[in-house]
Amino acid sequence: MNVELEPVIGLEIHVQLKTRTKMFCSCALSFGEEPNTRTCPICLGLPGTLPVTNAQAVHFGLMMAMAFDCEIAPKSIFHRKNYFYPDLAKGYQISQYDIPLCSNGRLGDVRIHRIHLEEDAAKLVHEGASGRIHDSDSSVVDYNRGGTPLAEMVTEPDLRSAEQARDWLNLLRVTLRQLGVSDVNMEEGSLRCDANVSVRPRGSSELGTKTELKNMNSFRFVMQGINAEIARQTALVQAGEPVVQETLHFDPVTGRLSSLRSKEEAHDYRYFPEPDLVPVAPTEAMLERARTAIPELPAAREERYGRDFSLGGDTARLLAYEPQFGDYFEATTQEATAGVSPAVLANWVTELRTRIGASSDPAESKVTPDALAVLAALVTERRINASAGRQVLDTLVAEGGDVAAIVEREGLAAMDSDEELAGIVKAALEANADAAAKVRDGNAKAMGPIVGYVMRETKGRADGGEVGRLVREQLGI
Amino acid sequence: MTATELVGLTAAEAIGRIRAGELEPAELWSAYQQRAQADDLNAYTWVADADAPAADPAAPLAGVPVAVKDLFCTEGIPSQAGSRILENYCPPYTATAIQNIYDAGAPLLAKTNQDEFAMGSSNENSAYGPVLNPWDRARVPGGSSGGSAAAVAAGLAPWATGTDTGGSIRQPAALCGIVGFKPTYGAISRYGMIAFASSLDQAGTFTRDVTDAALLLEAMVGKDPYDSTCLGLPEPVQPPTATDLRGVRLGVPEELSGEGIEPGVLAAFERTLDIARDLGATVESTHLPHAAHGLSAYYLIAPAECSSNLARFDGVRYGMRVDDGGGLLDMYTGTRAAGFGDEVKRRIMLGTYALSSGYYDAYYGRAQKVRTKISEDFESAFSAFDFLVTPTSPGVAFELGAKSDDPLAMYFNDFCTVPMSLAGIPALSIPNGTAQAPGGSSTELPTGFQIAGPAFSENKLLNAAYALETALAFDSSPAREAS
Ligand SMILES: [Zn+2]
Repeated sequence: MNVELEPVIGLEIHVQLKTRTKMFCSCALSFGEEPNTRTCPICLGLPGTLPVTNAQAVHFGLMMAMAFDCEIAPKSIFHRKNYFYPDLAKGYQISQYDIPLCSNGRLGDVRIHRIHLEEDAAKLVHEGASGRIHDSDSSVVDYNRGGTPLAEMVTEPDLRSAEQARDWLNLLRVTLRQLGVSDVNMEEGSLRCDANVSVRPRGSSELGTKTELKNMNSFRFVMQGINAEIARQTALVQAGEPVVQETLHFDPVTGRLSSLRSKEEAHDYRYFPEPDLVPVAPTEAMLERARTAIPELPAAREERYGRDFSLGGDTARLLAYEPQFGDYFEATTQEATAGVSPAVLANWVTELRTRIGASSDPAESKVTPDALAVLAALVTERRINASAGRQVLDTLVAEGGDVAAIVEREGLAAMDSDEELAGIVKAALEANADAAAKVRDGNAKAMGPIVGYVMRETKGRADGGEVGRLVREQLGI
Repeated sequence: MTATELVGLTAAEAIGRIRAGELEPAELWSAYQQRAQADDLNAYTWVADADAPAADPAAPLAGVPVAVKDLFCTEGIPSQAGSRILENYCPPYTATAIQNIYDAGAPLLAKTNQDEFAMGSSNENSAYGPVLNPWDRARVPGGSSGGSAAAVAAGLAPWATGTDTGGSIRQPAALCGIVGFKPTYGAISRYGMIAFASSLDQAGTFTRDVTDAALLLEAMVGKDPYDSTCLGLPEPVQPPTATDLRGVRLGVPEELSGEGIEPGVLAAFERTLDIARDLGATVESTHLPHAAHGLSAYYLIAPAECSSNLARFDGVRYGMRVDDGGGLLDMYTGTRAAGFGDEVKRRIMLGTYALSSGYYDAYYGRAQKVRTKISEDFESAFSAFDFLVTPTSPGVAFELGAKSDDPLAMYFNDFCTVPMSLAGIPALSIPNGTAQAPGGSSTELPTGFQIAGPAFSENKLLNAAYALETALAFDSSPAREAS
């Protein structure tokens, strides 16, 4: 049988929150410090210690709830998730369970089922051949990460392809970064993504058996992993074989998925309400504080750039997702003279981005928004040509300065006398009579040597379009 | 003063003399230190060997030393919770409640023996051996804070801290003839108290009399940024002054004052009710319809929480580790099998079962519903009564080993005290006489009278207890003189 299959994908995302201290104690968060230097009796789970909920983590959770249009529980509670593992100092993880902080939200065209707060586990290092705990010679535990605040987000199964999953994950990443709640770095683990994947006949409304994909720690691996799993499940279904519900581990070296099923996975977590904590009951003041802390988010900014500046989709998204370039672009529109379109300014901002790199902040470059606006105006008004404009930008990036002065110093001004240019074109036609004849006979490609002559004579200052116009005029075509 | 006279003083009397310049704190320290070092009740697991620490007579507790239950973490000093798994474990920090006592000017004299992780009613579940009752050394002091109760009763300490989860302060106080006070849940920080059942655990006091209870309590209570379930008390604890009980309405819950209570204990209870009437109180019988289910609910909720609280004792970071190279699971099971005693294992298994998927609703879920019902019972009772009174313990101190093989008989010790723990309300036990043990024994042993009030009624409760105590004039000296 060869029915057309449709992938159905949902994501589970762990976001490390960028609070000053850990979820339940006052240890500073760790960024690669010496092992076990960011610990205290509480996050080491010493006898007698108690957790206290980090108010900033709750604040960040409320900001996320509002950014994603979630419902906020009037009283959410923490549970204990019990299991034995050396990365868990207390023998249980404190996590929200049946009443999460946020539920029923949306980002873009993906519904968010829930967002809850919890604490991260410590880091285990297995010393031995496989890097897995069961056949390692010994294991050491670094508790620095233990207790780092996490927001776990679960989406509804609204995604239909690996590419869509990647794009949505990117929107989530830039949105969380704009919110300022996380570093959202997949390679460093501050953004972690698991995927639930199933396939079903296209048009069906039932869900197929899903598998859970873990350990995809980059955007590329998320794509690879999901695509590999879609292919695997598709082959199974086409062959009439069942998909088994299981957890699969993505191997970044081979790009393959392997089953994680083992005894250690068969847990009964014995959830029960954490008696050491009181419920999280956000007050009106807390909600208001979260509301006012939310900046304009990338999706809204993209929409605004399309609406107010008529920017094309890709440009609008680029400037919205990299808000430092978006901010800079908006600064150039403030400086620009009439007649210079925002689209032209946006193009010059992307030219600048190419030169300084996407991760740089243009506001800290040597190119002021004013200088870029002046440059865009000179090109628009044909007072210098586009290639001269790029040359000016190179100089600005390297040493800054005044655009007019650079144009003057480097002799880049377009020729301001039409008669002078017309004279040079006339000389070019005489010097390239053969080519001129071909052009007159309709061979536009023969224009090359004529234009080349003019550019040599004018040292590149002539406007290419104007040269073409004069050639055709003088040849009477 | 002779050492005997010194240890005959209550803490408040000692503070009075220190303030008046009639007594040096160092003198008091030495007298108690000598007695503590000579402890032959096994009440202590650690005794300070240092000379008298500097004391400030102007401080609230004026340098009167304190014994602390081993369940409280004390920085650099063994805090073993009565368990082998924490043998010689010295925490890097001090429990808030104990730090508060230090800050009020009382130095640490000794750590007291207890049932392992506070699980027990006889102190026979300690990995460091049973504690003997100073009234009769063949008998138990009660538990789980048996060491604290025996030490204060025997004059090995002026006063002591304890913890009460289902009766672990009130029952041993009753069996040892002293005052035991469990305040409202959340009055005293739990930070640094090694957890047994978090939603029930509450620190409290062991003292010779009610005035001392008020003093020590006031030092311990208070909000704590390290315990979000701790609220402190709405007003300071005042020294009690009431001389009568005029206008006080006492309710006697029939469910907790009849069946299952030893006749001698009941007789003492009735005599105390008569004294209360003489002092002007009205006494009426009433009902706590769900109280009889308190024990069943308690023995699901407490083990469930303990099964989780004790998961951290895994041999990885501190305490005992049994590792014979067989891998992680072997280390876990080896450590916990060797480190925990039978009763702790029993409760971990009970609690693990009660929380298991498929059983949660039938056990833990239902027990929580019973707990809510019991709280509602108390709430409606307190609309008609100022206090509810019961015998503290169904019986007097029993012989060592008498109930060791019968967990259910042992659990019944908490019958009268568990409902107040489930409701989180304050309850206090005062000695109200003596009774003979059943079975033809001629030994007179102390009995306890429990007074419970609404949440945060500590000051009123202390006043009522003080008026009764004065009228009862119980003589606690035999226990000190025997030691
Ligand atoms: Zn910490």
